[in-house]
Amino acid sequence: MKIEILNSHICDPLNDIDRVDTIYMADTKILSIGEPPAGWQADQSIDASGLYCIPGLVDIAARLGNSGQTQQKSISSETHAAVSAGITSLVCMPDSNPVIDSAAQLEYVQQHCHSSSHCHVYVIAALTTGLKGDMLSEMAALKQAGCVGVSNVMHPLANNLVLRRAMEYASGQGLTLHYQAMDPALQANGCINEGLAATRMGLIGIPNAGETAAVGVCLALIEHTGARVHFARLSTQRAVQMLELAHSEGLNISADVAAHQLFLCDDDIPAFDPNFHLLPPLRSADDLAGLRQAISNPIFNAICSDHQPHGADAKLAPFASTKIGASALETLLPLVLRLVEEDLLSLQQAIALVTYKPAQMLNIDAGSLTPGATADLCLFDPKQEWTLQASDMHSRGKHSPFLGQRFKGKVKHTFVSGKLAYSES
Amino acid sequence: MEFKLDQLLDDLHTKTAALIEQRAVADPILVGIHTGGRWIAERLHSQLNISTELGVLDISFYRDDFSQIGLNPQVKPSQLPLDISGKDIILVDDVLHTGRTVRAALNELFDYGRPASVMLVVLIDRGGRELPISADAVGMRLDLQPHQQVKLSGPEPLGLKVIELNPS
Amino acid sequence: MQHFLTTESLTLDQLTAILDTAESFINADGLSVKKVPLLRGKTIVNLFFEASTRTRSTFELAAKRLSADILTMNIAASATVKGESLLDTLRNLEAMHVDMFVVRHQDSGAAEFLSQHISPGISVINAGDGRHAHPTQAMLDMFTIRRHKGTFDQLKVTIVGDLLHSRVARSQIHALRTLGAKEIRVVAPRTLMPTQLEALGVDVYDNVEAALSGTDVIITLRLQKERMQGALLPSEREYFQLFGLTSERVVLAAKDAIVMHPGPINRGVEISSSVADGEQSVILQQVSYGIAVRMAVMSMLAGQ
Repeated sequence: MKIEILNSHICDPLNDIDRVDTIYMADTKILSIGEPPAGWQADQSIDASGLYCIPGLVDIAARLGNSGQTQQKSISSETHAAVSAGITSLVCMPDSNPVIDSAAQLEYVQQHCHSSSHCHVYVIAALTTGLKGDMLSEMAALKQAGCVGVSNVMHPLANNLVLRRAMEYASGQGLTLHYQAMDPALQANGCINEGLAATRMGLIGIPNAGETAAVGVCLALIEHTGARVHFARLSTQRAVQMLELAHSEGLNISADVAAHQLFLCDDDIPAFDPNFHLLPPLRSADDLAGLRQAISNPIFNAICSDHQPHGADAKLAPFASTKIGASALETLLPLVLRLVEEDLLSLQQAIALVTYKPAQMLNIDAGSLTPGATADLCLFDPKQEWTLQASDMHSRGKHSPFLGQRFKGKVKHTFVSGKLAYSES
Repeated sequence: MEFKLDQLLDDLHTKTAALIEQRAVADPILVGIHTGGRWIAERLHSQLNISTELGVLDISFYRDDFSQIGLNPQVKPSQLPLDISGKDIILVDDVLHTGRTVRAALNELFDYGRPASVMLVVLIDRGGRELPISADAVGMRLDLQPHQQVKLSGPEPLGLKVIELNPS
Repeated sequence: MQHFLTTESLTLDQLTAILDTAESFINADGLSVKKVPLLRGKTIVNLFFEASTRTRSTFELAAKRLSADILTMNIAASATVKGESLLDTLRNLEAMHVDMFVVRHQDSGAAEFLSQHISPGISVINAGDGRHAHPTQAMLDMFTIRRHKGTFDQLKVTIVGDLLHSRVARSQIHALRTLGAKEIRVVAPRTLMPTQLEALGVDVYDNVEAALSGTDVIITLRLQKERMQGALLPSEREYFQLFGLTSERVVLAAKDAIVMHPGPINRGVEISSSVADGEQSVILQQVSYGIAVRMAVMSMLAGQ
């Protein structure tokens, strides 16, 4: 099927394209931008005047729900939510039930995705078996089965020796370790940043040191082993400073932040509202300011959603007893666009952090409109304003700290592998 | 409406004294209902030269409209001088209207003990009874419209006037 | 006022109304009625997820003195072990046509949570949620202070002890602020002092002698034995040495200072026996005022 998209404002940061032009695609590939291929006859011509065209988003951290009978349904609903929000490549974290810690489990997930998914799904596999933190997973087998990285997500490792060995082994297999810095003892039972909000609500707080102490240890080990580590879901400005210094000294590291960490701090938490029960927690106003200022720095190669969808019951309990996480696929692009609106990033910089930069880290064919690349793209109306309502969300998780907020920029069409995967009805 | 309050109080005193004699009550205990009834009871208490201390009842906890209007935070303590069981009580109030205040006062009295008798003495009976209650001695009867209210002010000096309530 | 969840949300008028109403439930000298019919026909349920004898029984007594029917449910951890969610427990009880719930739960925010999901017309009284609030205790403490000191505007109040874990202290601080206390001083070992507490309007001390100097009201908080675990404190002995309210320390306060404690007291840990039983101690009065204050709160909620 030959498709041409006319008159959209194309923003492809990898190729430095930022202009109104026409994009040509056929079957599953991008053919060209600007000049049609010789003898071009479009089967379908789409007039996208007034719309922006960007590469489909690459979200490096999301969950598709748990395994079992509902696996198909949740893969379908969550990937549908993804494409409705312009995300065409999703990276699934291994902390599902059961954990993705073996090639067999990985293949099982891939099979389900093959039949039920609306977008490309990649997997970051478990660093240790069962995510229990003591025994290494069979990373070579997992790599062969197609994982794009390894992580122990939010589960602690038994001790620093295990962390050292794990990062060495992963690097030996050419796998990037996605490390979420959380010191288990300092974090113990905490559900919110250790600050005024915690004091006022009488909730157990997690100090900044819970993150920075773990970052410090990890950096020391990276320095020693030369391993490739990506620091996932940063929340403190101090951690960013430590990483930038280490990076300048030659360590092969990078970092990402969940989109909500660039807009919310613990002062914003309405009393005991479980939609704000997140890990890592929303930090102080100073940390928020620090992260926002640093987001344009080269240490960051991604902004992700950290999507953790839950059913309604999960958030129906007193704060500390609710499940952590937000349904975040549908706010990733809106929040990224808001960064541009608030002059923290240019459009090119912002889109880069959710397209080619994470794609390059994962080494996947995604994140750009380069001729020959898979035709994953999204068309959005930059002017359209809309309000986030639970009832409108496509994900089965309707819990977000941004419910009721107004956003500017709405996805109209999303193409995955050259086929229309989503169209706003 | 003009009231000769002193005259009224004297009348009430006379009628109450007559009531006591008629019923052959030896040692009555005077109990005034907050707030107006208490002021009148104090007057009667000294005029009748009653030896036993004056009792006071605040009926806030016994009202039947608690669910509608809630609790008045300025509840004053109820005080009765001694065990009322077997005694003759003279309950005093300023205005007798629906009868609900007296009903509440009776309930409260009986939670303290079992009196031998209870007599009711009121300064004004304004009609409009909603319960089968009547006074044994009345200073004056007044026929008022539903939108009118008679109020006793005090404690010093005592004053009596009729107020027109808003139609709402 | 539909629910009674925190002192933080109450205005000066509301706090004063509670104190005034509680006055009317204090038995005067002479014969007075122990029981009033105010809540006759109403059903109150004590929903206690955390064990408590003292608070539970004062609520029971308060309800009975108001002629209400009261049922106590000690759920502790067992129901949640059986898998019934907090919300399901609530729904099952609501189906029994209850008018009011008195809830104590180990999670901060539990009472607030229940109040958001409860059927209209049913009231929730927070009898203590995690470390967050214990508003009836704070109110009886305010009542005790008012009874002894009259007004709040010239008062210096010192709270000593484990503020980190104390829901009582948080509720007291909010109430004292609104009632206009001149100075609210807090003192605790560093490990037991919550972060940024000064933002709630208190002066943070780390030396108990300085915190007690010239103060009018001393509130000692209970130190739980579990604090020795989790490396919060080395021993009760060292705590008593550094922060215990002894006769030598009480002397530093104003001459007519009163000594309070929410109870139950740990003699020789947070307070010495001589002070606990001494002339300045109003600890036992706090207990008796607790019934009147709870009667006041229940009446005010039921009369909506």
